[in-house]
Amino acid sequence: MQTVLELRALSKHFPTHRAVDGVSFAIGRGEFFSLVGPSGCGKTTTLRLIAGFEEPTSGQLLLDGHSVEGLPAYRRDVSTVFQNYALFPHLTVAQNVAFGLARRAQNGKPAIAGKIAKALELVHLSGKEARLPNQISGGERQRVALARSLVLEPKVLLLDEPLSALDAKLRKEMRQELKNLQRTIGIAFLFVTHDQEEALSLSDRVAIMHRGLLEQVGTPQAVYRTPKTRFVAEFLGDVNWLEGAGVRPEAVRISRTAPVSAERATAAVVEGQTFLGNCVHLSAKLENGSACVVEMAQQECDFQPGERIYLWWQKADEFRVPNEAAA
Amino acid sequence: MKLRTVFLAPGSIVMLGLFFLPLLIVLAYSFLSRGAYGGVTLPWTAESYSRIFDPLYLAILWRSVWIAAVSTALCLVLAFPLALYIARAGARKTLLLNLVMLPFWTSFLIRTYAWMFLLRDTGLVNTLLQSLHVISAPMPLLFNTGAVILGLVYGYLPFMVLPLYATLEKLDPALLDAAADLGASPAVAIWRVVVPISRPGMIAGCLLVFIPCLGAYLTPDLMGGGKTVMIGNLVQNQFTTARDWPFGAAISLLLMAMVLLVMRALGDKGEELL
Repeated sequence: MQTVLELRALSKHFPTHRAVDGVSFAIGRGEFFSLVGPSGCGKTTTLRLIAGFEEPTSGQLLLDGHSVEGLPAYRRDVSTVFQNYALFPHLTVAQNVAFGLARRAQNGKPAIAGKIAKALELVHLSGKEARLPNQISGGERQRVALARSLVLEPKVLLLDEPLSALDAKLRKEMRQELKNLQRTIGIAFLFVTHDQEEALSLSDRVAIMHRGLLEQVGTPQAVYRTPKTRFVAEFLGDVNWLEGAGVRPEAVRISRTAPVSAERATAAVVEGQTFLGNCVHLSAKLENGSACVVEMAQQECDFQPGERIYLWWQKADEFRVPNEAAA
Repeated sequence: MKLRTVFLAPGSIVMLGLFFLPLLIVLAYSFLSRGAYGGVTLPWTAESYSRIFDPLYLAILWRSVWIAAVSTALCLVLAFPLALYIARAGARKTLLLNLVMLPFWTSFLIRTYAWMFLLRDTGLVNTLLQSLHVISAPMPLLFNTGAVILGLVYGYLPFMVLPLYATLEKLDPALLDAAADLGASPAVAIWRVVVPISRPGMIAGCLLVFIPCLGAYLTPDLMGGGKTVMIGNLVQNQFTTARDWPFGAAISLLLMAMVLLVMRALGDKGEELL
């Protein structure tokens, strides 16, 4: 895959802390790439460095192989969808979408009108051209922000927590739509989120950041199944730390009799269960005192607290992280 | 008595007794004839109003309007960048705002005299430039229309800065990022985003500056040396030296009508302030 954006040891140091500290990764053409981490991990600062709103302390940023050092935000061929959309309140939907196009000299008026219509159609907003941002819903504002950026056909679209201002149901709908949109237009997306589920479900690849450092980059499956650090393992989902290895709750099996062919098995006592809607989390205590959570379907869960059981899993389902991190 | 009535009463009484009734008196005076030693006498007449159309007085009206307009425009041009700077100054905002309001700590009269002291022929500016041999004779800095405009701009600049600051302070900084992100240089971003969004503040500021400038009396009198006569000076003159109270009253009401017209013209924002 051809690289469209590359970060080389990019750093942004503030007097009190290192917001971004030597971050390197590359995004391929047409890739859906997510930058995920808790708030304050440096993901938004990274995005702002790429957009050109902040100057890096050190490191390089290459767009299509060319350094963008010293290039102001308004000359960079990337575009941002802001967390609160940052739509111009005094301009209509169509005027918002036209804003960036009008800044480019090569666009004649008829060309602009055509592009606006196409962009609004792409995000299903045809017919709302004349509305002002405060006359449309949150989801629609989100779409305007998308159209406003996409109409410029940037090399990379930067999305800063674009779904966080929407309610849960709309968020899930928009998630799918965003994914479809990205597939259709083929522009590389750099998606910043603190929601690991969002990152895992949308992305071709995910980068996990923690305290300004890049912890791991990989496909959603890879980072989830074989996290390289304890932080990544615990940020992306629940983990049972058993005998120095990590096992996801859904990889752990449970039985009343000792399993015959299991690669890993241990005896335990049922402690209780938590109903989560689509599944049940059963908690158990191992003989060595460590706790383990097992994810299972509601109808399979007929275990009572205090019951003696066996827990088992496959070797392939466990992962190890560096020693200092292991429980 | 209802609480509402109790609360409204003091203000209403003051407005009625000290504003509305005197206004009616002014209205009545404007339709009476002048007394020999000031004051008014019968018969009723509209002669004072027809005298306004004398070219001499029309010239004064016109001068007042353009001086007020130029002063307002200069205030806007000076105040906008200042207000934008203060709005984005972070922790120093309060300090800077206090500096803007600092002149209000002394009387406008004293500050005007201070300007005269600076600008007169033997004032600080002229003596300094002469001693540096930049100029050989004093420049006419005082007692002309330029001095009046300077005085008005100086006096009313804070009234432009404050409403502008209020709107600019609420401006989401992300909008500037968004403008840059969409290819707008800082200048374009200010012109296409900041200026249109801060329009209400601009209108409020323009009204707050234009209205008092239009009726200015002290500044043209002192800084203009009585040579740049504006409506305010004309009114004063009619009630004192000229002893023509009806005409003075008519011009006062005309000034009021002009102010109302300006507020009307500036639309909704003006009505809000009314």
